[in-house]
Amino acid sequence: MKIYGGGKIFVGLIIFIGLATSPFLFNIGKSSIVRDTKAAEIMQSMGLQCVEKKAFMLPNHMRLLDKWRDSVVRKGNRLYKASDGKEYEMSLQNTCLNCHSEKNETCNACHSNMARKHTCNGCHNYMAVNPYCWDCHIKPKETKS
Amino acid sequence: MRILFSFFAVIALVLSAYAGVKIANLQFLFGVVIPYIAIAIFILGFIYRVLKWGSSPVPFRIPTTCGQQKSLPWIKQNRIENPSSISGVIIRMALEVLLFRSLFRNLKTQLKEGKLVYGEAKWLWLAGLAFHWSFLIIFVRHFRLFLQNTPSFIKMIEGLDSFLQLGVPVLYMTDVVLLGSVTYLFLRRVFIPQVNYISLAADYFPLFLILGIGTSGVLMRYFYKVHIVSVKELVIGLASLHPVIPQGIGVLFYIHLFLISTLLVYFPLSKLMHMGGVFLSPTRNMVNNSRMVRHINPWNYPVHVHTYEEYENNFRGKMKKAGIPVEKE
Repeated sequence: MKIYGGGKIFVGLIIFIGLATSPFLFNIGKSSIVRDTKAAEIMQSMGLQCVEKKAFMLPNHMRLLDKWRDSVVRKGNRLYKASDGKEYEMSLQNTCLNCHSEKNETCNACHSNMARKHTCNGCHNYMAVNPYCWDCHIKPKETKS
Repeated sequence: MRILFSFFAVIALVLSAYAGVKIANLQFLFGVVIPYIAIAIFILGFIYRVLKWGSSPVPFRIPTTCGQQKSLPWIKQNRIENPSSISGVIIRMALEVLLFRSLFRNLKTQLKEGKLVYGEAKWLWLAGLAFHWSFLIIFVRHFRLFLQNTPSFIKMIEGLDSFLQLGVPVLYMTDVVLLGSVTYLFLRRVFIPQVNYISLAADYFPLFLILGIGTSGVLMRYFYKVHIVSVKELVIGLASLHPVIPQGIGVLFYIHLFLISTLLVYFPLSKLMHMGGVFLSPTRNMVNNSRMVRHINPWNYPVHVHTYEEYENNFRGKMKKAGIPVEKE
């Protein structure tokens, strides 16, 4: 098969192959790290639980926070009744960050860096998600560990 | 018929992914094996199609021009619409690829009060441009799932795309534009009689397929959520050739992935190859220099010519008898 205008065709094809395989090229020598879900199990076995179940919180926490914000800021209602009947204060800084903080002593009691992995940024940085919580809330100071 | 066939073909794809994952538990097949096969077919098929086009000689200059050709020095040349240099061709191609300039000139032909009239028809151009650009942005945005550390320019694109900060998770404008423009591109094939007449299943199928990919993506992000961290783990696993199947991703993701795999396989077999083809359009990518350079057909072969001298040699006797003058006695 004779290729006419060979140079240009091959340059174009090389660019195409480079672009099409770029996800593979960027990941040479790397491998996926599957999250360790043991921490969550340990927390549960210790009777520590989030306001709702994990299966709900993982994909829906941002919606819950959105509802909380509307309820607190627009209606002045700070009382959240969870689906299991328990009541919580709707507050990012006083309820959520109480546990989901890099200073969580229960986590750090076993592994010094454990809590840091499981804060908001632990997943948000990995997923390149940039929520605008700290546009209004005062950002808690991060300490380098 | 052509519409329903394409529609049910996409529905069948969705159902097979649903059944495969939900009932038969074939996560590894739909999450790893099929995507790898699809990527291989896409890349090899794409190369094959381009090489096949490259093997067709285009010996003569056949650009379709719409401007003054390079001529006498006091006649102003249109350097972009009728390029006589490589730089002109590059600008012309860039306008064609990035802004669909030739489609911008699309006209509507109508009979009005017995007269043939031409009117502007920009909607196809607008919807086509909106569709292609939002698809590109969505495609680039997805690289946050392919790279461990998302580069800042992808974060910037995401930030601009979700600039309106509507809802949680924030709404991407391109999601709306993509679904809207694909819907328009579909409806025009249904409601404009002339376009409907020439539309085939091969025109409807990619539209439904892309609509299915867009819809499943939108459902996954805004409505029936999947576990996105696991999705990234799976995708990085694929890209680093260490495939893993994290638990509990959600069937919607596998449907999305299967439709994309179908698109990748279908791509080199179909009109979607215009992605590569647009760069190989001889009517766009050629310099119009027919009056400056002689182009010789590469398959010219020496033709045996029967000259008058040979003719006379053959028939001299008979010609003389008939009284026809001859050059040589």
